[in-house]
Amino acid sequence: MAASPAPSALSPRDWSAHPAHVDPGYKSTLLRGPKKPLLPIRQALADMAAPVYGADQLGPLDHDLTRNAIKNGEPLGERIIVTGRVSDEDGRPVKNTLVEIWQANAAGRYVHKADQHNAPLDPNFLGAGRCMTDSEGRYKFLSVKPGAYPWGNHPNAWRPNHIHLSLFGEYFASRLVTQMYFPGDPLLPFDPMYMGAPEKSRALMVSRFSLDVTEPDFALGYVFDIVLRGPQAARFE
Amino acid sequence: MPTMRPLLQTPSQTVGPFFAYGLTPTQYAYDFKSLFTPVLAQPQAEGEHIVITGQVIDGAGNTIHDAMVEISQADAAGQFVRTPAEAASSGFTGFGRCGTGTLAGHHYVFNTVKPGPVADGQAPYVTACITARGMLVHNFTRIYFDDEAAANAADPVLASVPAQRRTTLLARRQVTGAGVVYRFDIRMQGDNETVFFDL
Repeated sequence: MAASPAPSALSPRDWSAHPAHVDPGYKSTLLRGPKKPLLPIRQALADMAAPVYGADQLGPLDHDLTRNAIKNGEPLGERIIVTGRVSDEDGRPVKNTLVEIWQANAAGRYVHKADQHNAPLDPNFLGAGRCMTDSEGRYKFLSVKPGAYPWGNHPNAWRPNHIHLSLFGEYFASRLVTQMYFPGDPLLPFDPMYMGAPEKSRALMVSRFSLDVTEPDFALGYVFDIVLRGPQAARFE
Repeated sequence: MPTMRPLLQTPSQTVGPFFAYGLTPTQYAYDFKSLFTPVLAQPQAEGEHIVITGQVIDGAGNTIHDAMVEISQADAAGQFVRTPAEAASSGFTGFGRCGTGTLAGHHYVFNTVKPGPVADGQAPYVTACITARGMLVHNFTRIYFDDEAAANAADPVLASVPAQRRTTLLARRQVTGAGVVYRFDIRMQGDNETVFFDL
């Protein structure tokens, strides 16, 4: 590996791009988001490494939600391919990093035992998966398009179709939990989670339909690129 | 001055109430293998074996039953685990993940070893990341150990915290029949709100 100067710090979390901890539109934040200001901290990057894991710990079907929980047939719904690139703010790829996802089934029902929405479970769909990015930071999942579902935040509240994603990147401090939405979803402007993100960055959570990614006679393709905090350029003294 | 970067960071969103079958499936008895578990240290791992446990408490004083706590720490010698092979041979992973929805009282529980200081002049600590339904952004804090009074007094990060809030970062050591247990509750709001860092 070519020697490159060790970065001294991560770029700061860009609070102008993230939602607030407490957002009156999303009621559960009122008692759960911290109210005191976060304190600054100086810490060596070397002490913030992401957890160690190897690609060999992932199962061969972990990335394929259309097959990784089959019991007696294929899951119902519109098959989709979700792919994209994980990079830092300079566009440098985040290589060999874990992407974990979970989602509702095509009817808008989660496998989670706490989900009591009156929509059918799918015996052939778990809705959880994971994969590693490649040497260019690219990842790819196969799944079915998740359905919208109601929630109790306010009267007639419905979550737009979305897929949850969890990443670390190279550092624990570059951790990101986010949600991927679908283009043209009429529920987006009514969703306090989506609208809780600042206007300038909201659209970054909406995937893009791609005919190039779409596979004929098989599945629709969506592209979702993800930008994590990256190392600041090393400073030479 | 921060320099402008070409790309904006992807915004954070809540983990929601239904993360367990994706992120902590083994703990919650789903048919999918967890990559990360609440057990950081196998019996053969070197160091003092400890339990770190506590509750995540909301602004009304209620325990949060759908939070996820992740911890990352050095080993007993103050070294961070660098590779899966290292973790496999030492029996210490350096990283754990635990949901608060499976135990009585909505506790999280980690089995680990007490970390050593990572550098001279620093007190031993564990980094924790807390996320839950109702948290649009995850929250980082540090767990220090209340039996390390001298090291804590000299620690630069603790020193940067206003004195009256430092106790929110101290885990309380208790020696029980089952071994050494450190108690660390995480209060999201209120007079004793845990210190969260802009890590």
